[in-house]
Amino acid sequence: MNNLLTIFVSMVIINNMVLAKFLGLCSFFGISKKLSNAFSMGIAMTLVMLLASVSTSVIYNYILVPYKVEFMKIVIYILIIASLVQITEIIIRRTNINLYNALGIYLPLITVNCIVLAIALINSTENYTVLESIVNALGAGVGYTLVIIMMSGIREKLDLADSPKSMRGLPVAFLVAALLALAFVGFNGII
Amino acid sequence: MNDNKDRSDYKQPQSCHPQDVKENKKSGSGFWKELVRGIIISNPVFILILGLCPVLAITNSISNAFGMGAGVIFVLLCSNVLISSIRKATPSMVRIPVFIVVIATFVTILNLVFEAYLPPLYESLGIYLALVVVNCIILGRAEAFASKNPVLLSIADAIGTGIGFTISIIIISFIRETMGTGKMELFGRQLFSVPGLSAHPLIFFISPPGAFLVIGIMMALLRLVGVMKNE
Repeated sequence: MNNLLTIFVSMVIINNMVLAKFLGLCSFFGISKKLSNAFSMGIAMTLVMLLASVSTSVIYNYILVPYKVEFMKIVIYILIIASLVQITEIIIRRTNINLYNALGIYLPLITVNCIVLAIALINSTENYTVLESIVNALGAGVGYTLVIIMMSGIREKLDLADSPKSMRGLPVAFLVAALLALAFVGFNGII
Repeated sequence: MNDNKDRSDYKQPQSCHPQDVKENKKSGSGFWKELVRGIIISNPVFILILGLCPVLAITNSISNAFGMGAGVIFVLLCSNVLISSIRKATPSMVRIPVFIVVIATFVTILNLVFEAYLPPLYESLGIYLALVVVNCIILGRAEAFASKNPVLLSIADAIGTGIGFTISIIIISFIRETMGTGKMELFGRQLFSVPGLSAHPLIFFISPPGAFLVIGIMMALLRLVGVMKNE
């Protein structure tokens, strides 16, 4: 139990996927312009990460390791993630059309988001069990959601600010990310 | 990640009209044009802002930047050649999965080669070497260029884009390593050290926040001198 808590806390704040590991930056900067979009993206991301991490860790522990074909993991994981995202998209479209419209283009983009693949790879390099993988994915998802919500809140305010012309948009967003990352470095000593 | 890929598709018509490519194919100048375009006019990092994750993550030392650059050039070249050769046999419905499988295969080869022959570099690049597979530069070039153009031009495009990427990450890692450690080391050999700075290095620059700061400021400067467009 203690071990699971350590994995979770470390994923949410210490090894935060976005600010400490620089993963999923494109969606982080692309989708953090509006708070509502950022929230839906965070939820969709967490959902896909959980599903992907369960299926990849089951396949890794019960198929790849016994048959000694671990080197195939990159190819297999990316195919699993791509098909999972497709299935999630179809299910959401059939069951909840409003959520589907809100997520829009972001849902298919999750396929090529590095966080999902990175979580699957971390699970297998750290030899996590299926339960640990789920907690790991949940931590990463919560961390991503937390950071993208903070970022979009700041950027909504930042649009009104009178920043120099060449700093507007992406450069100033990078500087904000630098300050956020600096704040997260402060959590380093917790565990 | 793919909103950037869309942007690269959008850039496409300006620089390489399919008609232009056909005209230039025989004269051989198309090869050099594609090469230079990848390095300067549509530099993947500074102009198109593609594939940011490795750019920020591994630029804390210049050796890592060289390793990552070599890896990206290898995967980009091999996948562009293969995708361009099978472009007529690939049904357009399943082209993205085909591209992904091709890229993932070469990334697996790259990982195995690095693990066997360059273990220190493999250790320090860590998970980011495997994540080349989801680097949007590679899928972007496959979709926007290699799937529509002949093999020779795709080679030029791959080399150009790869070198453009490598040069950008080398510049960023040069700044970060000199400021963050006060000296410059390339694969274990010390090249120079800055007096004063090496005794009291600004560790901030090799830490994660430093990466965001350096890239943010570089982008703002590039906009100021007019290389990049303002929003």
